[in-house]
Parts: sequence; structure tokens; C-alpha cells
Amino acid sequence: MKKLKFERPVINHINAGVPDKFGRGTTIQAISDIEDIAVEDFLSQYGSPLYVISEKIIRDTYREALSAFKTRYPKVQFAWSYKTNYLNAVCKIFHQEGSWAEVVSGFEYEKAIANGVPGSKIIFNGPDKSKEDLKRAIENGSLIHIDHFDELYDIMNIAPKTGKKAKVAIRVNMDAGIYPHWDRFGFNYENGEAWTAINKIMPNTDMELIGLHTHIGTYIMTPTAYAIAVSKLAALAVRIKIKYDYHLKYLDLGGGFASKNTLKGAYLPGSDTCPSFDDYAKAITDALNNSDIQYDHMPTLFLETGRALIDDAGYLLGTVLANKRLLDGRRSLIIDIGVNNLFTSFWYEHQIVPTKIKQRDTEDTTIYGPLCMNIDIIRAAVQFPLLEKGDQVVIKRIGAYNMTQWLQFITYRPKVVLIDLDGKTHVIRENETHESMNALDKIPDHLKEIQL
Amino acid sequence: MKLKKNIAVSENGFLFDPHSGESYSLNKTAQLIVKLISEGKTEVEIMNSIMKKYDVESSALQRYLDDFIMMLHQMNLLEKEDN
Repeated sequence: MKKLKFERPVINHINAGVPDKFGRGTTIQAISDIEDIAVEDFLSQYGSPLYVISEKIIRDTYREALSAFKTRYPKVQFAWSYKTNYLNAVCKIFHQEGSWAEVVSGFEYEKAIANGVPGSKIIFNGPDKSKEDLKRAIENGSLIHIDHFDELYDIMNIAPKTGKKAKVAIRVNMDAGIYPHWDRFGFNYENGEAWTAINKIMPNTDMELIGLHTHIGTYIMTPTAYAIAVSKLAALAVRIKIKYDYHLKYLDLGGGFASKNTLKGAYLPGSDTCPSFDDYAKAITDALNNSDIQYDHMPTLFLETGRALIDDAGYLLGTVLANKRLLDGRRSLIIDIGVNNLFTSFWYEHQIVPTKIKQRDTEDTTIYGPLCMNIDIIRAAVQFPLLEKGDQVVIKRIGAYNMTQWLQFITYRPKVVLIDLDGKTHVIRENETHESMNALDKIPDHLKEIQL
Repeated sequence: MKLKKNIAVSENGFLFDPHSGESYSLNKTAQLIVKLISEGKTEVEIMNSIMKKYDVESSALQRYLDDFIMMLHQMNLLEKEDN
């Protein structure tokens, strides 16, 4: 007699609580391949864990965003936010699509230049610009977005020595009707600080105020907040025209568009609640078109969207290391992806799925990373199928911030692989090795010998 | 290993514990194991009768059975045994 297919024994406690009105199921769809390449093949070829980036998703998402804005307002220019993902291959895809570079440090500035971005197409943001950084940016004709008065005074001193006029904008912070109100960057609109800064720059012959910049926050779920920001920047632009008879060339609305990831504590999944590019584009361009800026002097709209353009293109693949029972009987699963590789797990409930589902039963599971640290939790509680050591998992939407904020901790960082438009794979960043990690260490002579 | 008194298991795999008032759901394999426990079978006997019926290796089954019995203890469904 042929034996029956075996399923692991499962007992689940039945909670007689009231189901939520949305009736979300706990069905988990496995992801066995990414763009027709088996996850198994990725991991056997490149090792586990592994970052995978889809060039197709990057280009499609970028074009969708650009189209949402360009169809409503013709003068639009995106600048790729380096801090969101500054792997050179990723930056080059955005630059091929026409994005300028938006950088926030000398390190990122050097990366942009090395990636072939002309200095005049680099937007230099952030509170940390050294005198050398500023000198180089002025000489290259980069757009310097001034964060505070000390930086303004530095530029006043440095620009005359370069023999060039510094091209500047100021970053403006404001009450855009949302919480938290970011007031640590730039000059405040409501208390008149921004206007004071403008009045210092305009008469200065070594500086040219090209535009105005704001960045109202991150993961902004309310497109109307951008409309408020536009109206306040436009009011400043009109005031500059009245007082100095001068037309600004651009308004930069920064980034902050939400991605479809679910924030911790959110009631509904991010994929249901995240505004679309059209929602943001409509709010921003309506506010611009309805502003008092003269019709034949409408400024270029700059956007520095990062997260919403890259999150969906990134996957993190990994392997189950062990199953364990916690004190209260809950299942815990240990995988080889830790918070060192998935920094965003501190604020997102990342969607994690197996590559195959052997049986339909799920259990309330805590998913831990491999680090010998109590904080290494990928998902605190998720209904998850019963996996075994060696089974593989996929974490979706990890393209933003994880390949810049990753931590070198306890173990080597893994490879990053790009799937190109023809379905070919390319290693775009090698894994760390003992040699690469030790290359920066120095040992003083008296510590070279040890005897145990 | 003995199931607590008065624990009821339906044909569909619902288990009711009158001591705590809690309900549980069991899949087919779990139902079979609970049935064998209630019949007073030992762990070895349970293993043998499952392996006779299902396509599973003994080392894997041992792991799953250990885990499952631990869960039954955790859920207070088994009588406490004197060590």
C-alpha cells in the first residue's frame, strides 16, 4: 500500500476574539523565483543571504513617477537621493534615466562625480559640508542647498576666493500641517528666518539664489502636506520677485513619498494605504499651477524622491537556520538575515515569505536573525508556515536604505546582485571577506606578538 | 504520557479543554497523535503507527513528535508526569 503524504502535526490555539472588519486572511503566497530565476539558484550561486535588485522595477517605477509629474507640469527634474541607495550600479540606472544626483556629504559628492555626474547637476544638501566640500561645489557650479547661517557665512568667505559665483538655494522648514514638524534642517518659514536668509543672499554679489528647497519629512502619507509646502515656497518666490525683481529658477520639494512597506503599528498594510505617484503629483502640481508665480516664469520642479523609487526593486533572500520554541510555546524561527542586513526592520513590518509552502498550516511565529543580540528581530509576531532548517525565505521591498544603513557587525556583509533587463545577473557589490575587513585595521608593534 | 480527563476532540479536529475552557484546532497528523495518546500508546508505538501509514523518516518524525508533545505540555493538555 502506498503511504500517505506526511504533514507535520500542528495544534493552534483558537482565539475567539472579534475578527477585524476588513477580514484579512493569513494566506501566505510563496515566492519561488524573482523575474523567472529560482531563489534556490540565486542562493546556490551567490551564497546566503543575498540582496537582489531588479533593474526593470527601478526603471518602470522611475518612469511611472516621472510620467505622473510631467503630464501635469512639464518642467520636472528628479535628482537621485544617494543616501537611499548609493550602490554605483543603482545610481547609474537613475542617471541613465535622466536623474541628477542629490548628495548630503563629501563622500556622496565624490561618488556622484565618480559616477560621471557633472558638478552642475549635483544638488548638495545636508547640515555637514566642510569648507573643502563647499569650495569644490562652488568651483563645479553645483547647487548648494544651505542648511544654516554658519554655512551661509562660510560660503560668503569661500566664494570670493574661487572667483566663481556660488549657486545656492536655502532649505526651508515649515509647518505643513503634519506631525512631526521637522525643524532641525534649514531656515524656518513661519518665524521669518528663511526670509532673513534670503535677504542676506540676494544683495551678495558672490552668491546667486537659484531656488528654494524643502523636505517636509519622511514616509508622508498625506499628499496635501506637499501642497501646503508648495504654497509657502511659492509665496517666498513671489516676495523675492516683488522686492528684488528676480525670478527663481526652481523649487525643490525634496523627498518623503511613502513606499508600500507597512510601518510598525499601522492598522492596514502599506500596500493598501500608500498614496500613488499620481496622488502626490496632483497635490504638488495643482498647488504650483494655482500659485501667484508669473505664468511665463514658472520654476522647474525638483524632486528628490528616494524610498518610493527603489524600495520595490530590492529583495533580500535568506535561509532558515533553526526552529525553536519560546517559553510561552510560541514558535521562533532563526534565519540568516539579521537587523545588520535589514536595518529597516526597526520600523517596518517587512513582508517575509517562504520559497515554497509544504503544508498550509501556519503558527504564530517570531522570526529572529542570526546575531547573538536580543534586538535581532525581523518579525516579532507573524502567522508563518512551518519551515525547516535549510528552507529559504524572501523578504520583499528592501531596496531603500538597507544597502546604505547596513551594519558591519559580527559577520561579513553579503553580495548584491542585479537582474538586468535581459534577465542576466551581475554582482554589483562583492561580499566582504576576512581580507577586505582587515585591510583598514592597524596593529601597533607592541601588540603584534601574543602568547597564550 | 496521558491526555487530561474529559478532553474532547471532534472529527474535524477541534479540541476542547473543559478545564480551561480553551479550544484548539488540530491538523490530521495532530489528530492521529492525540487519538493514539488517548488510547494509551507509548511514544515508540505512536512513531511506529505513523510511519506505517505516512511517508516520513523516523529522525524527522521524532523531531516533530518531540515538538508537538512539548506543545501539548505547554497548553496543559497532558497530565503532569512524576520525574
